[in-house]
Amino acid sequence: MSTFLNLLAYGLADGAILALAALGFVLIYKATGVINFAQGEFLLIGAYLMYTAWVVMGLPMVVSVLVGIVAATVVGVLVERLILRPMVGEDPISIIMVTIGLAMLLKAVVQMFYGTNPRSQPAILPTGSVSFLGATLPVNRLLVVVIAAVVLTAFTLFFSRSKHGIAMRAVADDQQAAMTMGISVRKIFALSWALAAVSAFIAGVLLADLSAVDQNIASFGLMVFPVVILGGLDSVPGTIVGGLTIGLLTQFVSGYLDPGLATVIPYVVLVLILLVKPYGLFGETRIERV
Amino acid sequence: MTTASGPTTAPAGAAAAAPAGEALLSLNNVEVIYDDVILVLRGLSLEVPRGKVVALLGSNGAGKSTTLKAVSGLLPSEHGEVTDGSIVFDGQDITRMDAAQRVRQGMSLCMEGRHVFEHLTIAENLVAGAYISKDSAEDLEMVYGYFPKLADLRNRVAGYCSGGEQQMLAIGRALMARPTLLMLDEPSLGLAPLLVEEIFGYIRRLNEERGLTVLVIEQNAQVALDVAHHGYIMEQGRIVLEGPAEELQENPDVKEFYLGLGEEGGRRSYRDVKHYKRRKRWL
Ligand SMILES: Nc1ncnc2c1ncn2[C@@H]1O[C@H](COP(=O)(O)OP(=O)(O)OP(=O)(O)O)[C@@H](O)[C@H]1O
Ligand SMILES: [Mg+2]
Repeated sequence: MSTFLNLLAYGLADGAILALAALGFVLIYKATGVINFAQGEFLLIGAYLMYTAWVVMGLPMVVSVLVGIVAATVVGVLVERLILRPMVGEDPISIIMVTIGLAMLLKAVVQMFYGTNPRSQPAILPTGSVSFLGATLPVNRLLVVVIAAVVLTAFTLFFSRSKHGIAMRAVADDQQAAMTMGISVRKIFALSWALAAVSAFIAGVLLADLSAVDQNIASFGLMVFPVVILGGLDSVPGTIVGGLTIGLLTQFVSGYLDPGLATVIPYVVLVLILLVKPYGLFGETRIERV
Repeated sequence: MTTASGPTTAPAGAAAAAPAGEALLSLNNVEVIYDDVILVLRGLSLEVPRGKVVALLGSNGAGKSTTLKAVSGLLPSEHGEVTDGSIVFDGQDITRMDAAQRVRQGMSLCMEGRHVFEHLTIAENLVAGAYISKDSAEDLEMVYGYFPKLADLRNRVAGYCSGGEQQMLAIGRALMARPTLLMLDEPSLGLAPLLVEEIFGYIRRLNEERGLTVLVIEQNAQVALDVAHHGYIMEQGRIVLEGPAEELQENPDVKEFYLGLGEEGGRRSYRDVKHYKRRKRWL
């Protein structure tokens, strides 16, 4: 029972971070149609932005988070403006290549400043543990789940209630029609990249707090692909279900079966889903009226 | 103000009485080219007087939709460009203005095929329509007042609504931006005759009760000319005939060509009209 609860806590925490990471991916895909292979590197940049503000510059923790969010927004907008906008109208393969190039570029920037060795950073979340039904559960992982839930709820409300969130979904549905309402498609694209970078910042910082500030953050980010294929490339609720499923599955396979198998299981899921439900569990299908 | 009192492209014999009153919108010798080579509008001029309903008629491929896209600034998103002439709206040259900015100047377009946001609810579609305004509570009430059906269905996902409901939504959504000029591209498309009458009834009411200026494209010339004050007929990228709606309705060419009526006034079969269209071109 205690093993189960432990794996559950670890799996939920991983899943929550994956959901945040996947949210950014889905935002970009939904609004702009770009498949962003640099999502993992956005997490990496996020973690190192926090490290720079907090440890290197010595700013207070809360201030560092705010500075990090602003910096992530700027990175997102710049990437859209300088790298993606000139590619509008190019074929999807070229755009995918550009995002792969972007991934390498972002990684190189981090290595240029901080090399490849892990950096040590004080813990952000309390590191103690609580006992629950005989299991000792790490407090920071439970808090990660809570934080991710709050952030995801905020994003969901933004999309369903706010004018700009609704405008983003309108652009995702029909760009030309959105233009006839005075919605600037360029601004919406920039907004999508900025929000994606911010959600990646939060995911990257949380992940670094649970593991370490190092290059592995980008590899963890690779798992957004099984997550979004499972949940649907364009579905916000899908990121939550997909993230939690992959997070829990990896932890349970690792704990009960074999840690080696756990690293490939997300990709097994990916292949299976592609065979059975290519739009993912929640992917938007074209509405057909009869 | 540059109004197009210049050379009218209407052929001799056409009832070319220029619409009275100040023009809210005027196109002056507008030329549009797609993909740098496809010439679609060839020096098109027309005027929409403030407070009037103007119908733009013409056969498939004449360039009607292109005209509205040129006015609302959608051409760049389709690799099209206004290469000559000017478009003046409310006294301001908007020929090169950004599409989003034109909406803020007071024009709304309902595109051909309705283009509702399929995955958004009716209420969310209307919120998107009010994107440029700060407070839209009153506008929402006004739209629900005109289209009570939309109020009943406000939480229904637009993609699942019927064609008629979607057309009402498209018009309602366009009204949310508080336009002075409403442009409609074939609002009757795919609707049953009774619904077409209903939709044009709304257009008439919006014009009469709110003083809304309307530019409407139609294949269904009959119903459009019933509601419109003035009509233009275009062929291959130019205006070939224009005049007050009642005069156009009486014009023998229009009768034969667009209303499907023979000289003697009897309704002709579609096959005859089609044949006639092939035989006779005005340009
Ligand atoms: N994006 C485009 N690229 C190239 N050519 C285009 C484009 N849009 C329209 N055309 C061409 O321009 C001409 C006029 O098209 P337009 O859609 O304006 O006609 P229309 O009068 O609205 O016709 P319909 O009654 O069928 O809607 C057509 O020959 C069409 O093929
Ligand atoms: Mg058309």
